Amino acid sequence: MKSGSARYLQVSVFAAATVAVQLTAQVSGKAYFLTQLTMTAYATLVVVGLSLLMGYAGQISLGHAGFFALGGYTAAALTTWDLGPRRGQAIVAALARLHVLVLRPDPYGADVLTVHPWAAFACAVALTAAVAFVIGIPVLKLTGHYLAMATLGIGTILYSVALGTPSLGAADGISGVPPFQLVPGLQIGGSPSIRVQNYYLAWALVALSMLLLLNLIHSRVGRALRAIHAAEDAASAMGIDTARFKLRTFVLSAVLAAVAGVFSTHFNGGIGPSEASIMKSVKYLAIVAVGGMGSLWGSLTASAVLNFLSLRGYFGSFDDAVFGGILILVMLFSPDGILELDLRAALRSLLRKPRPTGES
Amino acid sequence: MTALLEVSGVSKRFGGLQAVKAVSFRVEKGTIKAVIGPNGAGKTTLFNIVSGFLAPDAGTIAFRGEPVQGSPPHRVSARGLARTFQHIKLFARMSALENVMVGRHVRSRAGFVAGMLHLPFTWSEEREVRARSLDLLDFLGIASLADAEATSLSYGQQRAVELARALASEPEMLLLDEPAAGLNMRETADLAQLIRRIRERGVTVLIVEHDMSLVMSISDEVIVLSYGEKIADGDPRSVQRDADVIRVYLGEEDA
Repeated sequence: MKSGSARYLQVSVFAAATVAVQLTAQVSGKAYFLTQLTMTAYATLVVVGLSLLMGYAGQISLGHAGFFALGGYTAAALTTWDLGPRRGQAIVAALARLHVLVLRPDPYGADVLTVHPWAAFACAVALTAAVAFVIGIPVLKLTGHYLAMATLGIGTILYSVALGTPSLGAADGISGVPPFQLVPGLQIGGSPSIRVQNYYLAWALVALSMLLLLNLIHSRVGRALRAIHAAEDAASAMGIDTARFKLRTFVLSAVLAAVAGVFSTHFNGGIGPSEASIMKSVKYLAIVAVGGMGSLWGSLTASAVLNFLSLRGYFGSFDDAVFGGILILVMLFSPDGILELDLRAALRSLLRKPRPTGES
Repeated sequence: MTALLEVSGVSKRFGGLQAVKAVSFRVEKGTIKAVIGPNGAGKTTLFNIVSGFLAPDAGTIAFRGEPVQGSPPHRVSARGLARTFQHIKLFARMSALENVMVGRHVRSRAGFVAGMLHLPFTWSEEREVRARSLDLLDFLGIASLADAEATSLSYGQQRAVELARALASEPEMLLLDEPAAGLNMRETADLAQLIRRIRERGVTVLIVEHDMSLVMSISDEVIVLSYGEKIADGDPRSVQRDADVIRVYLGEEDA
């Protein structure tokens, strides 16, 4: 059992590593890497949330790209929807007076009246939490393959909605999303002049989330989640409301995905339906598997490396194939993650006899 | 005066099998009561109904005067009724101590937000949970195994961890499902001693058991089930002399 100070030390080491990476990129004249590294951070946010859900609560989700997109699309739609022509309506006027709406110039110089990014952010998080909550109640009654298939269904629905809704840009998605001014002097956006601050903002968000999640897994709730994972009936006999704990973890990890979706949409200036695709969900899941179920740091490391390589295009047009292949290899040789890899033993057991299927 | 646990007319049917048929009994506070019967007599079904794992088709169960039939297990547990399992169900990949700490779930309150923010009240709560759990491991004589992975322990030690985990919730009543299963004679004798010490802590015990020597040595009262029906209820001596019980256990004279 790790003490609280060990947790803060780990996060400090992680912070030092992000500084080292930034300086290395800067010194070696590869500052443009920071763009992909920033997007890697947002993907990592999804991954650590999914790692909590899969590794600790023992629940699988193939719908997390859907939650990422739900957050991103909500923010994109609200911050690009010009309410100027409806200024006469009482509700629009009231929202404008409350500063929920802001007047800003669009890329062509005309003034548009849109929802403030903070308000859009709040809506995105609330909507995703509500959707995850409502879907989670029936779906989390399922286990194993059935849960995987049901969450696959969620992902498919969200993807088709994004792809098929004209007001969400259909196949083109939504572009022209403005930068998100968090506080004066700090804004999330894609302009090269704010590349460094965006890199740090994104990884600071990851560090903060890690700290919260590490605190959580070393708390009473973390213990309860591991108990549910290990023996659900014994956990309920100990007074743990297993359905409630699973649901809350599901909602929490969906919200992390939504936050990542909102911020990365502002960073990229838009979002497209491919963000909601099933292959994205499979990618997140493969990365959690590589890092090891139940290891938040392992998931973070796997995500930092694999997402960066993927976003820089090192896997070329075989990107999806690479992640599919990684998933197969991890499941065959090291189902507990590559940190637990014992290659020779894995090869021997593979050649000798079929692997026991393990816990169901 | 009402009994701590009052089971009235409880029935349960699985398809064509009447597993439990209109069973009623009472468990007085501070006593040890045993449920015995041949395999398939409905003991475990009855047990699962009392602990909330199954809802009865008919009948009522009152614990501390309040109805609990049909409540889910976590609610039953929160009311002060803790149980163990016939096939030990410890939490894998957790230490013996962590297993027992899970048992204190209902006696602590840190939720998601408090846990994530590591709020100050959780620090003292965690210290208390840990200290109480260590005390219980000590009570069961396995304090030295606190950091060992629970599922790597010997069978007898795992039983002890499971008992400590159940006691960690500070239950009014402990339900033990065949605790002597898989134990040797010596371990069974130790278990008898332990159950008496648990009663001395003020915990009422309801035990389902096959081992007659254990049941007869520790129980204040015994009920006997046969084909889902209660055929005897009383102190161990009179139950042992009961003609119906002898027939169920030893077979018909002319059989």
